Amino acid sequence: MRDPVVEYSLRLADNCVILGQRLSEWCGHGPTLEEDIALSNIALDLIGQARMLYAYAAEREGEDRDEDQLAFLRDCREFRNILLVEQPNGDFGRTIMRQLLFSAFMHPFWQAMTGSRDETLAAIAAKAEKEMAYHLRHSAEWVIRLGDGTDESHRRCRNALEELWDYTGELFETDAIENALIGNGVAVDPASLREQWQKTVENVLAQATLTCPADGYMQTGGRQGLHSEHLGHILSEMQFLQRAYPGGTW
Amino acid sequence: MHQRAFPDTDCDRRAYEAAATVCDPEIPVLTIADLGVLRDVSVDEDGKVLAVITPTYSGCPAMSMIAVEVEAALLKAGFPDVCVKTVLSPAWTTDWMTETGKRKLRDYGIAPPVGKAGRGVLFGIDDVPCPRCGSSDTERVSEFGSTACKAFYRCQSCAEPFDYFKCI
Repeated sequence: MRDPVVEYSLRLADNCVILGQRLSEWCGHGPTLEEDIALSNIALDLIGQARMLYAYAAEREGEDRDEDQLAFLRDCREFRNILLVEQPNGDFGRTIMRQLLFSAFMHPFWQAMTGSRDETLAAIAAKAEKEMAYHLRHSAEWVIRLGDGTDESHRRCRNALEELWDYTGELFETDAIENALIGNGVAVDPASLREQWQKTVENVLAQATLTCPADGYMQTGGRQGLHSEHLGHILSEMQFLQRAYPGGTW
Repeated sequence: MHQRAFPDTDCDRRAYEAAATVCDPEIPVLTIADLGVLRDVSVDEDGKVLAVITPTYSGCPAMSMIAVEVEAALLKAGFPDVCVKTVLSPAWTTDWMTETGKRKLRDYGIAPPVGKAGRGVLFGIDDVPCPRCGSSDTERVSEFGSTACKAFYRCQSCAEPFDYFKCI
């Protein structure tokens, strides 16, 4: 069986790279120049985090693959990201709502991971948690401004929230691999972060005059490689160059 | 310690000083020593130099450029065998920026980090004085400025926009 730390690092890396790729779709299309730049900078942070995680996974795997091959030469079914991060951008309100739901989880997650018994993951976490604090602040301020804005911005944010809520259950899922890593202090139990996540999200939504949806049916499958149709389209764009010109480097 | 207070030998010192001349490609008034990005430089008995740098942000595009320039600076200073290593831990913080570095930033028109990095910044607005006129009547326009490490502010007194190097 594959080294569970490799699997865990890939799951985290895939979340970061796919959301980073999604956000970079805004580059040149942002609603204002400042937001265009902000979303590109957040994308850059996430892709940087993914690179460190892929590099670590590749090193531990020891199969002569490097970070680029892990990002650009794996197929849809091999990607382990949660479904939330591959959801289409929609309008700016939807993108920023997805960002809030994700960063409100990832900020405390990386904070907790600084205590991981795996030194490399703890080091990556110490770097990432500082960046994630700014991502959370950025998305929270926008959700408040838009939710408590015009009827139109409120309606769009509410719709985005209701559509994306079904994808938040996966943030807290674990399986046998992850449970073993939680048991030996390498991974963090996401259930232990649920209360904090809920509190942050509810606090922001209340200020945004939005209501937290009730938990109903939750979408799942990303960690098993069962993705929505959207992932294939992202990968076809993201991986085009490496597929068309195998082995190409800068 | 993120970097040694002083190099151990003359040879170490010469190598350190050579590496310390490298500037941040995005903020050319700051050297990597001002930023605290240069952690250590040491020369072993065979004359091989090990330079240790640390990234400011995970995705900072300046890092690969800095690594290349550190190597070039050391080669130029007469060290033929150079290895530049990037380390993550402990994570870089703006607290490592030198006072000289902060002054140079301000003179360049970028507001330096205010106070110490740490918890409690979430959902707060930082009070950042304008680097041009010194007024504290400023407002944040965007959490992210021209690079991930900066936020974008506007001064209400002199009406000038400016970048703020965020605490991290």
